[in-house]
Amino acid sequence: MAGSSQKIRVLGAGVVGLAVAYELARAGQSVEIVERAAGPGLGCSYFAGGMLAPWCEDEGAAPLVLEWGREGIEYWTNTVPAAEVNGTLVVAPPRDRPDLIRFSRVTSGFVQLDPAGVAEREPDLAGRFDAALFFAGEAHLDPRRATSMLAAHLREFATVCFRFDTAAEAVTEPADWIIDCRGFAARDRLADLRGVKGEMLILATREISLARPVRLLHPRHPVYVVPRGDGRFMVGATVIENENRRVTARSMLELLSAAYALHPAFGEAEIVETGADLRPAFPDNLPRIRRVGRVLDVNGLYRHGFLLAPALARRAAAVVLRDAYFPEVMDADPGQRQRA
Amino acid sequence: MDNAPFTLYGTTLAARLLLGTAQYSSPAVLAAAIKASGTEVVTVSLRREAGGNRAGESFWSLIRELGVKVLPNTAGCRSVKEAVTTAQMAREIFATSWVKLEVIADDDLLQPDVFGLVEAAAILSHDGFQVFPYTSEDLVVAERLIGAGCEVLMPWGAPIGSGRGLNNAFALQALRKRFPAVPLIVDAGIGTPAHAAAAMELGYDGVLLNTAVAKAGDPVAMARAFALAVEAGRVAYCAEPIPPRDMAEPSTPQLGRAFVELPRRA
Repeated sequence: MAGSSQKIRVLGAGVVGLAVAYELARAGQSVEIVERAAGPGLGCSYFAGGMLAPWCEDEGAAPLVLEWGREGIEYWTNTVPAAEVNGTLVVAPPRDRPDLIRFSRVTSGFVQLDPAGVAEREPDLAGRFDAALFFAGEAHLDPRRATSMLAAHLREFATVCFRFDTAAEAVTEPADWIIDCRGFAARDRLADLRGVKGEMLILATREISLARPVRLLHPRHPVYVVPRGDGRFMVGATVIENENRRVTARSMLELLSAAYALHPAFGEAEIVETGADLRPAFPDNLPRIRRVGRVLDVNGLYRHGFLLAPALARRAAAVVLRDAYFPEVMDADPGQRQRA
Repeated sequence: MDNAPFTLYGTTLAARLLLGTAQYSSPAVLAAAIKASGTEVVTVSLRREAGGNRAGESFWSLIRELGVKVLPNTAGCRSVKEAVTTAQMAREIFATSWVKLEVIADDDLLQPDVFGLVEAAAILSHDGFQVFPYTSEDLVVAERLIGAGCEVLMPWGAPIGSGRGLNNAFALQALRKRFPAVPLIVDAGIGTPAHAAAAMELGYDGVLLNTAVAKAGDPVAMARAFALAVEAGRVAYCAEPIPPRDMAEPSTPQLGRAFVELPRRA
């Protein structure tokens, strides 16, 4: 089949749909991207932290996230160069030192920093933390810029078309393949998919600058602050088993307290934006490619959308073009997990 | 001491380990840990997950599928009103009159607000709930809770998530002696299986924990370790451990041994 151009419809223009479309377009396929919103990357991807932190995520995620996440870093630094590789700094207030010790025991790929090491990498945090972990190989990106870049790359192909403001159900013309990358919106097709709420906010201040994401460990609400440039900082994110997109006061209180604990100057920062969306997740919080005939679902990237989308997209394209099979993310019997 | 059955509000359970469902890396890991632990009761928090409606339904249905009894909790509630409302919602969602009542007073230690706890326990018991109060080890509070209708008490071992074990074993023992017939469960503060075994050796009827399993390097293996420890502690309690003493007492008699230590004649 490879070589002959097929008409492929991708549902969803979030990071997964865009990455899948890009793989297929580069393989010479004709791709139509259907998105209910008015532009690319306006769903769940819009609220992502944009941390490419597979070593840190290894704290609680399955080994696949580290393995495929490294492909993600490679992709976002070379194929679609939206990311900066400045590493991640992990800190904890003195009273939560056991959390830092625990974190260091269950992760790899870091060096321990003393106060001088912290001051050297993040001068604005000098004297604030007497120990830290530095994950040098990790990267971060601005998700909104990254999805725009991907969409711009896609527009360069004459064989790619976008249909915005269009619901998946509204498109009925035949296609050789349909690849559903709609995240939580595909819930009606995927009975075992659930939404896990994440809330975030964006702060603006010129008083602090950070070169890299900083994770502040806390026994109940671990929080990260990601520099977005131009004095903006994304603070995220809650992880709540709730399928309601409301931003709650308590979550904002927790996120802001953590930012303030990281540096008191955040207390005077402007709150530019707050937001919440639902991360699509399967029960093991690992992604899936599910194939039924010529319909493919690529979903369940949970809190690893930008990190894992490149690896998933490559494999989804291989399924379409070469009938490949990836046991890590494909069920032997697609009907098997539909019970729920 | 006979091994009396473990009965909570009329429900007899074989497993004396109860587990919380928060902080696991995924629902799949949670399910595997529950299975490995053999636990028959899990607690589920609702305050933040419900968001005033049934928005947590996907996760709750995964919990229901575990096939264990659900003890909804009011974790995160800071006032009597909040706890009562959350309990009422929990009763509707999980179709159970059981509720683990938490009214938290202090952010640093997540210490129970025992005054609010007694008040909320009275309201809920009157409303037909079967209340499992998360309390301190205080005897007087325990008496008030029983007066408020609680038939089970759940004193802390140490602050929630601290993993410090039994901070006040003396007071926990005093509670056991004062209420020999009330099911007592150590809830919170357990870090290692040794802590759980120690609670059971004190004669506690059960142990409830969450973080020590959920945040372990291998939660499934740790769940099993806790199940073994709880069982070992219970069997040891029933087998009546020897009391500690100040002097050595040889386990083989001295009499009849060779005269190795006879004083030599000068």
